[in-house]
Amino acid sequence: MTIENRIQKKIQEDKKLLSIYFTAGYPNLNDTVKIIKDLEKSGVDLIEIGLPFSDPLADGPTIQESSTVALNNGMHSELLFEHLKDIRKTVSIPLIIMGYFNPMFQYGVEAFCKKCQEIGIDGLILPDLPLDVYQNEYELVFKKYGLINVFLITPQTSEERILAIDNASDGFIYMVSSASTTGAKKGFGKEQKAYFDRISEMQLKNPQIVGFGISNSQTFDQATEKAKGAIIGSAFIKHLTQKGTEKIAEFVAGIR
Amino acid sequence: MSYHVDEKGYYGEFGGAFIPEMLYPNCEELRQNYIQIMEEPSFHEEFHQLLKDYVGRPSPLYFAERLSNKYNTKIYLKREDLNHTGAHKVNNTIGQILMAKQLGKNRIIAETGAGQHGVATATVCALMGIECVVYMGEIDIARQAPNVARMKMLGAEVRPALSGSKTLKDATNEAIRDWINNPVDTHYIIGSVVGPHPYPDMVARFQSVISKEIKAQLLEKEGRENPDYVVACVGGGSNAAGAYYHFLDTPEVGIIAVEAAGKGIHSGESAATSALGKVGIIHGSKTLLMQTEDGQITEPYSISAGLDYPGVGPLHAHLFKSGRGEFISITDDDAMKAGMELSKLEGIIPAIESSHAFAILKQRKFNPSDVVVINLSGRGDKDLQNYIDYFNL
Repeated sequence: MTIENRIQKKIQEDKKLLSIYFTAGYPNLNDTVKIIKDLEKSGVDLIEIGLPFSDPLADGPTIQESSTVALNNGMHSELLFEHLKDIRKTVSIPLIIMGYFNPMFQYGVEAFCKKCQEIGIDGLILPDLPLDVYQNEYELVFKKYGLINVFLITPQTSEERILAIDNASDGFIYMVSSASTTGAKKGFGKEQKAYFDRISEMQLKNPQIVGFGISNSQTFDQATEKAKGAIIGSAFIKHLTQKGTEKIAEFVAGIR
Repeated sequence: MSYHVDEKGYYGEFGGAFIPEMLYPNCEELRQNYIQIMEEPSFHEEFHQLLKDYVGRPSPLYFAERLSNKYNTKIYLKREDLNHTGAHKVNNTIGQILMAKQLGKNRIIAETGAGQHGVATATVCALMGIECVVYMGEIDIARQAPNVARMKMLGAEVRPALSGSKTLKDATNEAIRDWINNPVDTHYIIGSVVGPHPYPDMVARFQSVISKEIKAQLLEKEGRENPDYVVACVGGGSNAAGAYYHFLDTPEVGIIAVEAAGKGIHSGESAATSALGKVGIIHGSKTLLMQTEDGQITEPYSISAGLDYPGVGPLHAHLFKSGRGEFISITDDDAMKAGMELSKLEGIIPAIESSHAFAILKQRKFNPSDVVVINLSGRGDKDLQNYIDYFNL
């Protein structure tokens, strides 16, 4: 890559990173740009813009529901790109699109990547695009358009596979906190702590950002004790459901 | 060209395992072990013993004389409707419950649409004394009360899928989510030749007993192992995969797949995936599926709940794309009439799924000397209310 990607710059900063996920087109179709701007103003480090999908296998009830609402509102890939076309005039933190592979596949993988580059998207998270398919078929296209592909690891991922994923990554690794779909847990127990320690001791070349089950300052602090950062999704969506888009700063301030 | 799965889990361009990392260890454990386990003599013996003593196999291959006379060709019915629990589904659940035991799993999950696969799963879990949770769309629970009651009698817990459209595809999503949340002790018994590799191949192998028996039975009756045509209905495609399996690489055997056209292919209410689907990803498999231009999976429609799936197994997508299979779609009306005709001519009330396969006889001409095997995948008891409503019986 000729220009250093915003994700790569961000992870060099000497701080714990807070990443926020939300579903594009939720709660209202045209909320996406406002939410991104408010999140940046509130001090969030990275944003994951969820492209809604009809069948989100890896998600718990909160994100499923927000996806259904967003789709009913009329959100789709082309419209999201349209909404985001001027986003880089005002927003400078890294932006990642997170979604399932089929909508991207239908759009055309190369066309989708090209559009992301034009807008200034820095990376993609596609939970159901497996490592081997990515490497065999799409890695060159992602790189051509300066996009970082972020892979997931879980407590069940073998050490050998973690190393392969670390090798294939050039931004950060999305560390799923427990064997679960997305959504808030009560807190992290001994098992998670052991897992966080184990990954930390592996001294991977990519920093890890923990996701799934992080909902407040306590879980954020636990997750980032060893890891570089943490991602909050469902808890933020619940906040949007309950309080609308006017109190985003309040939510972020409650985390750190 | 081979029509069987390749070592990477693909049928031509279709198949693979498009799964979130959370499911990778589960699928990988299965992938590494399934063939070896199935080939162990003790597994093989137990599987076939249960198929014989518990399921009632081999199922007869019956020469349907009156139907043959009417359509001026030789029609044999493979009587999967006579299996315990009333359909071919149990061949797979017997195999997978034994597989789960070999893998040391002590909890079973399954998805079901109309409830046939749910009942077949609950049945084998009762047989083995293993905990069973069946996911079923909330809407399907309401319209399939007898099968819900059967599953409960068999000791299964039926959990409503409340997400999305609250039908089969959502029940499948919920089962997959359960598996993500319970990766160690749980085995997911998928009911068709769908889902991530190795499921399509594993389920096809368990169902392949159907075509294995057809070969032996036809040899006895006709002095030849290979029919001219094998006909089966296709939703996800497990009965079809079983009926075709041992003929896939025998080009002189014609393969006919019958899909549900619902109220007509272009009516907006159809489940004819080969006609309406595009390549995409559904439930971890790259295959043909019905979807919007934007890649959102759409809700199919058929009067038959068993054919009401927006995708098709990757094997069938490959048979369609390569031209190996001849795909025909049949409307609700034609299927219902064919079900009535079989009842009147042969004294057999078929499941509405199977009725679709019989309906091609009115559209597709065969030679008088052709030997046509139609897979009668299930019996019609479960569909009685549908027949009553349709014909005002």
